[in-house]
Amino acid sequence: MMRSLDQLRFAGQSLTGARTRTLLMLLAMSIGVGSVILLTALGEGARRYVIGEFAQLGTHLLIMLPGRSETTGGAPPLFGETPRDLTLDDALALLRNPSITRVAPLTIGNAPVSRGSREREVNVIGATQDYFAIRHLQMASGQALPLMDPTQAANLAVLGRELRRELFGSQSPLGQWIRISDRRFRVIGVIGGSGQSLGQNLGDMVVIPVAAAQSLFNAPGLFRVMIQARSKGDLQQAEAAARATIRERHDGEDDVTIIAQDALLSTFDRILRTLTFTVGGIAAISLAVAGILIMNVMLVSVSQRVAEIGLLKALGAAERQVLRLFLTEAIMLAGVGAALGLAIGLIGIAGLRHAFPEFPVAAPLWAPLAAVGIALLTGLVFGVLPARRAARLDPVHALTGR
Amino acid sequence: MIQLQGIEREFRVGDEFVHALDDVTLDLPSGDYISVMGPSGSGKSTLLNVLGLLDRPDAGTYRLEETETVGLPEERRAELRRNYIGFVFQAFHLVPRLSAADNIGLPMLLAGVGPHERQQRVGEVLTSLDLAERSQHRPNQLSGGQRQRVAIGRAIVMRPRLLLADEPTGNLDQQSGGDVVALLEKLNGDGITLVVVTHDPAVGRRARRRINMLDGRIVGDRNHDALT
Repeated sequence: MMRSLDQLRFAGQSLTGARTRTLLMLLAMSIGVGSVILLTALGEGARRYVIGEFAQLGTHLLIMLPGRSETTGGAPPLFGETPRDLTLDDALALLRNPSITRVAPLTIGNAPVSRGSREREVNVIGATQDYFAIRHLQMASGQALPLMDPTQAANLAVLGRELRRELFGSQSPLGQWIRISDRRFRVIGVIGGSGQSLGQNLGDMVVIPVAAAQSLFNAPGLFRVMIQARSKGDLQQAEAAARATIRERHDGEDDVTIIAQDALLSTFDRILRTLTFTVGGIAAISLAVAGILIMNVMLVSVSQRVAEIGLLKALGAAERQVLRLFLTEAIMLAGVGAALGLAIGLIGIAGLRHAFPEFPVAAPLWAPLAAVGIALLTGLVFGVLPARRAARLDPVHALTGR
Repeated sequence: MIQLQGIEREFRVGDEFVHALDDVTLDLPSGDYISVMGPSGSGKSTLLNVLGLLDRPDAGTYRLEETETVGLPEERRAELRRNYIGFVFQAFHLVPRLSAADNIGLPMLLAGVGPHERQQRVGEVLTSLDLAERSQHRPNQLSGGQRQRVAIGRAIVMRPRLLLADEPTGNLDQQSGGDVVALLEKLNGDGITLVVVTHDPAVGRRARRRINMLDGRIVGDRNHDALT
């Protein structure tokens, strides 16, 4: 029985003896392992990014949209059923429910914002103070919209950072007047942080009181209402209460859509996890390809080393021992390749993090473990055939080269 | 020590059957020095392979020391090869990537002998073969004679009782061939049973006992002990 250390050394020597072949196989294996790790890290990064974005949107959140999106059986109505507008009063009525702590009615539109000769077309968001609380918006300077009667169209504006820079340069905008469309607004604050939020650029926008926006866009209906429940446990109750309130106010018509953010979140979470598994699985195919390469090259190696195998047998190596030697080689190749791939993957992740600091690239723990595990397994599985061929060689034929 | 009784071995070459060994019966006492001669295809290599437990006869019995070997499982035969038999080949069959010392140590490596004992034994063998200075050379850095000496070192490092040499001088010039034969004879003098298969009458004549083969049969078996 050969000592395992000697066995490793012998296999290592025969691998380093065929340098080019070994390097190519290591390359294939390490690319396979590296790509599994990198791709799953990207998938996981995408998941974390989306989850993070949702968390930024606020917690225990319900979003109410006007109109009912529902799939029911039967023919679509002949006459278009225009849903009733969701009004500011509807939104404010929601606050009477004890399970609802905050309500942010929103009206959104595009309008040119100007100061002197500088003009810029940006998102105008009509909101209330609750909007700032729900979205966790930080103020860079000045203040958010004050607590006031939401139906009052006060001409106050809170600027996004980018808009502020465009309009005011290095000057302080606080207390200054800007023009939105044809109306004048006084700047009372600047939102800090830039950041994207679900594709919406928080820097390039202006927030004004919702009533002012409704009058600006001449739109009595709200774009949507953000509803914050008291706690996560109250979400369902809050949703039911909100629905009931609206039905009551809309003559029994259930004509709003309510999206629970948590439900949305877990859906995205599920989708993106599946995506990560999928890309990981696709990358794992390259591991199988590397395994087949190992088998191929080991078969070539066996046929090139026929005389050596015959010799080993003549020197007293039994079939099992020859089998073990060749399997050791295959697994060593897979193992070293996997280690290199692990390094490639981790370096790649570090590089991606450096290049895109906003994007939380991180391999889920299972990815490197699975990649290395699969690599070793393919080495073993695809090493068996060549090793068995070696073990079964007839020593007489092997030695005479017949 | 070695008893072959009614050994038969047949090969199929294309459509024909070649009777490589035909009812071979042979007794080899311990410490004997035997040469096996005969034309190509006379079965002398097959005889050597059967003696070396590399080939299994179709019929007959082969007793090595106290063991009847024909029916043994492959695992046991490998073990006997490891412990009782050393091979010397015409083509040396050194492992090209291993140094002279590692080539000599290979059988001990396969047998699981510890590195310390291995190093010591290999050192002794290298010294006795006058190869100590070449221990770290690879086979391609050695001359033919040195290569064959390394191969002999590998054959004897496990201290076998039986040394089988198949055309040991076939790839060597006169001078190194003579050295190799002298070395083999010295080992025989130390008690090892030596069987040399050769085409070369000059080598064959040196053995005390000379066996001639033709068409798979032993046609001559003369012991020249008495004559010398």
